[in-house]
Amino acid sequence: MTNVMEAKNVKLKYGNFEALHGISLAFPAQKLTALIGPSGCGKSTFLRCLNRMNDDIDDIKITGEILLEGKDIYHSHIDLVALRKKVGMVFQQPTPFPFSVFDNVAYGLRIAGVKDKELIEQRVEESLKQAAIWNETKDNLQRNALAFSGGQQQRICIARALAIRPEVVLLDEPTSALDPISSSEIEETLMALKQKYTFIMVTHNLQQASRVSDQVAFLMNGELIESGSTQEMFLSPKKEITNNYLNGRFG
Amino acid sequence: MAKKEQDLQQVVENAIAEQKVPHVKFKGIDPKNIDVDRLTKPSKETRQEWWGRGLTFLAIILIGMLIVAIIGFVGMHGLATFIDNKVNIFHFLFSTDWNPGAGKNHVGAAAMIVTSFAVTLLAALIATPFSIAVALFMTEYESGKRVQLLQSVMELLVGIPSVVYGFIGLMVVVPAVRTIFGGTGFGILTATLILFVMVLPTITSLTVDAFKAIPKDLRKSSSALGATKWQTIYHVVLRAACSRIMTAIIFGMARAFGEALAVQMAIGNAVLMPYNLVSPAATLTSQLTSQMGNTVMGTLPNNALWSLALLLLIMSLVFNFLVHLIGKKS
Ligand SMILES: Nc1ncnc2c1ncn2[C@@H]1O[C@H](COP(=O)(O)OP(=O)(O)O)[C@@H](O)[C@H]1O
Ligand SMILES: [Mg+2]
Repeated sequence: MTNVMEAKNVKLKYGNFEALHGISLAFPAQKLTALIGPSGCGKSTFLRCLNRMNDDIDDIKITGEILLEGKDIYHSHIDLVALRKKVGMVFQQPTPFPFSVFDNVAYGLRIAGVKDKELIEQRVEESLKQAAIWNETKDNLQRNALAFSGGQQQRICIARALAIRPEVVLLDEPTSALDPISSSEIEETLMALKQKYTFIMVTHNLQQASRVSDQVAFLMNGELIESGSTQEMFLSPKKEITNNYLNGRFG
Repeated sequence: MAKKEQDLQQVVENAIAEQKVPHVKFKGIDPKNIDVDRLTKPSKETRQEWWGRGLTFLAIILIGMLIVAIIGFVGMHGLATFIDNKVNIFHFLFSTDWNPGAGKNHVGAAAMIVTSFAVTLLAALIATPFSIAVALFMTEYESGKRVQLLQSVMELLVGIPSVVYGFIGLMVVVPAVRTIFGGTGFGILTATLILFVMVLPTITSLTVDAFKAIPKDLRKSSSALGATKWQTIYHVVLRAACSRIMTAIIFGMARAFGEALAVQMAIGNAVLMPYNLVSPAATLTSQLTSQMGNTVMGTLPNNALWSLALLLLIMSLVFNFLVHLIGKKS
């Protein structure tokens, strides 16, 4: 099992506040890793480190290494644009651009300078199919993406992230703003896509983590408490505190 | 009243009789203790509500009457040119012969109409790129002190009275244009340059609002897809804000079209078809301000000025209509 990404002793400070106290975690290829933990423990912060979305924040300090295919993404030679083409991201709230579904999904390609119309069309179709939203959009690709329901919008956003064929897709509580039916549709979509992509997903929903993930990492107060295969973590966690959290004793 | 009272008591008694879950408080209600008068009469709050509503309606009716009166007055006088003085409306719109004192065949406003549109469009054309640039700087590139400073500058520019703009125009821009382009220095170019500064804050602040209305998440999503900042601005921010920027431009144009004093001081006030940008001309507004003291109510020259006013009023309605149209489309 190869690791696509690996975080080594990642520490992060917002000003004087250390939000991550040295996290080391490897992400195996073609697996879904769930990041769980109480709110405010640094899950989103850690996730954002993985595609350097934290870079814009003023007064932030990140140390440690995050390797993508063996190269440190915080190394000065790394091109942000290139990194984000390899590591895509889907946000908590669906964030479709206020234009057509087609233009939304084609966005990443066009930004990357792809001019070939046929390639773009083919990619858009493929990606919408992968995100299981093709049937609902194929007849109105020119319709404004905002005219779709929340769950559909989120799948359009997943399609948009997939269109540039990233290696890794980061998802920050992608279903927490959605109704249960849309959530389970997204879950199914992720399960089906695991063969092709590596997912790293923050989730509040422990059942969701147990259903879709292969690996679980439990964070608390900026610390990685424990990580392991989903089965191990849910059935026989090594630490008492993990056990308590997974059994809903706090959180 | 007595009947009402009995009815109410009946209702309370029924309710107590039907009460399935014994409820202490409910049982404690003695129908005889109920102050029926107080309950059936409008409460203090209700009366306040009536008062408030009444005052609001009154104010609206007064304002409505005022607006109708203004439109009616301008319309009546403005149309008198065509009804009483028998001026041909096409002649008014398309002829450049403006000398209303000489009779009904000399009431052509085309020169002023063209000049008004020329200064308006040119001012908007120059101001828009600057406004967008400043707005982008304020929303996308800078934050904190410098943005506040720019904001204050913009507010200051809005607050300067137009006579001051006109004065600066007269003292600075007119001589400058004279030196560079020759001629008198008065004309469309000078007026445009002054109007450019006057509409800049209007267009800028509305454009800033347009950019601010775009969710941060959209920008983040764009950069997460590998877009550079400029790509995000160009492909997402500008595109998403497009219709609101259009609205901003139209508000700016409405301001430019209606500006009288500053334009009058800089344009030269010669009712001539403008064949270049640096010869004296006159807009609808400048002609109105400069001539309104020189005519006698009820005469053709006076009515002709009313017609110009009517045209201005119609144009402001058109600008408003355009704003609504764009708002609806998006
Ligand atoms: N931009 C920021 N500036 C300062 N502190 C932040 C910022 N973002 C998050 N934090 C802090 O970092 C901690 C972790 O936040 P976050 O990663 O959002 O937690 P989670 O996603 O697990 O709920 C919290 O204490 C939060 O207040
Ligand atoms: Mg979070």
